[in-house]
Amino acid sequence: MTNSKIKHFVVIITLCFSFACKQEKGQLIEIEGKQIPVDSSLSGIDSLTAFIAPYKKRVDEVLDSTLAHAPRSLDLNDGERNTSMGNFLADLIFEETAPLFKTKTGKELDFVIMNHGGVRAILSAGPVTARNAYEIMPFENYISVVELDGTAVRNLVLYLAGARRAHPIAGMQIVMDQDGGLESITIGDSPFDESRSYFVATSDYLVAGGSEIGFFPNVESTTDTGYLLRNAIIDHFRKKDTLTGQVDDRFIMKDQ
Amino acid sequence: MKRRDFLKQTAATSSFVGLGGLGLNSCAHFGQKKITILHTNDVHSHIETFPSTHARWANLGGVARRAALVESIRNENPNTLLFDAGDIFQGTPYFNFYGGELEFKLMSKLKYDAATIGNHDFDNGIGGLLAQVPHASFELLSANYDFTNTEMDGYTKPYKIYSIDGIKIGVYGLGIQLEGLVLKRLCKETQYLNPFEVALDTERQLKEKENCDLVICLSHLGYDYANPNRPSDTQLAERTSYTDLIIGGHTHTFLDKPDVRTNQKGNSVLVNQVGCYGINLGRIDFYFDSQKNASANGVSITV
Repeated sequence: MTNSKIKHFVVIITLCFSFACKQEKGQLIEIEGKQIPVDSSLSGIDSLTAFIAPYKKRVDEVLDSTLAHAPRSLDLNDGERNTSMGNFLADLIFEETAPLFKTKTGKELDFVIMNHGGVRAILSAGPVTARNAYEIMPFENYISVVELDGTAVRNLVLYLAGARRAHPIAGMQIVMDQDGGLESITIGDSPFDESRSYFVATSDYLVAGGSEIGFFPNVESTTDTGYLLRNAIIDHFRKKDTLTGQVDDRFIMKDQ
Repeated sequence: MKRRDFLKQTAATSSFVGLGGLGLNSCAHFGQKKITILHTNDVHSHIETFPSTHARWANLGGVARRAALVESIRNENPNTLLFDAGDIFQGTPYFNFYGGELEFKLMSKLKYDAATIGNHDFDNGIGGLLAQVPHASFELLSANYDFTNTEMDGYTKPYKIYSIDGIKIGVYGLGIQLEGLVLKRLCKETQYLNPFEVALDTERQLKEKENCDLVICLSHLGYDYANPNRPSDTQLAERTSYTDLIIGGHTHTFLDKPDVRTNQKGNSVLVNQVGCYGINLGRIDFYFDSQKNASANGVSITV
């Protein structure tokens, strides 16, 4: 596919144009179009490579210094309803956001929801660098905390239960029966109470997407933390020596 | 994708197809003026060549190489303009670290003439874009983003006219709908105006008032969508009257060849897009014959 796309192409067409009033400048008589691949047949201009070098050096130094260690790889498809990478990420967002939110508003964070598609990379076993954080979260998305009423929380859980992919969660447990119905929802240490509101940390992308994206069609209020998701990940890498995550029972469907 | 396949012949056969009964009798470039348009889109902060281990783009791209290519083409034809169709920012840590400074500085070193603004160029907010403007020696063109109530007010132009070797080239920019794509926090009070309406006004201005010989649109609308009412380059080509070339972006479309569409006046419009990440450089050469009555009214399009 790639080869056909970067090849030169040559097709000729003749068409009628009228440029009668422009004859003193000459008429447009011919147009040639082609696409030139920027490949290894070209050698880069040295002065430009030299210009880029200090920028590159700084990026490489920062991104490639080891911040932590992952004894085992964290994956996004090792569980049915929750995954080691998703759990790791949702847990770290809870851990990094709860104190910030408490300081900012005096309120307690209840749980975390992220979208599966927003986690752009897995974590391979071995040394972990800031470059991994850029791979996991390349976008400039911030952590927002939304306030949801009980009905909105129930609808959110139903949305998660009906989703094809395992959206990462933390701070809550969802148990579905063998028919896919909701058996129980536990938030923190208590059963879900539909008469109260909850505070949910998530990506501002999902909040801004509203009903279009599906997670948060109805929010009571939104608190922007101003904390970049990627920075939360990097801060977490710096604090921890060893990074682990596993598939657990936070979101399960009971067997027959 | 309605391609006019019956119009196409490969150059290998060196054959010409007459349309409307008008033959083409001038293939020689004697006494001609030649304008070369070079273009990129969706480079997304890709500064370095992809590593040899890359699954898809191994050993492709890289600004230093693109610079060498552009330089060789400029040496061959000094009457060359270089454009970008937006999404200059976001995609590698260079953007996260330097906010687009390096991208703009390098584009200035490559002597880009103009770029339009893509949705990701708002990723560090209006202020983040403004902060990089001092690093750009090229114009930012957008006819359908109204920045009046933002910090960017006065730092973009709807269009620019280049006079090269007696040929007037009018270039305008169009951006994609921001709602649902760019957070309000980032684009703030930027107003998105209907690109179809703005294009018709702008191209008429360029053709009828400014007497441009060529009209070029730098578009970040996207190549083609199933919904014909969703603004796209193919729709734009068919709804306009004077635009000769649409340089597209946003959809990261790797066209096998530039698309040739028919406009409201029955004339041909070229729509081109060269994928993404600086993997390709687009090149369109326009030949003008200085001899009166030369070659009747035929324009040969070789794509």
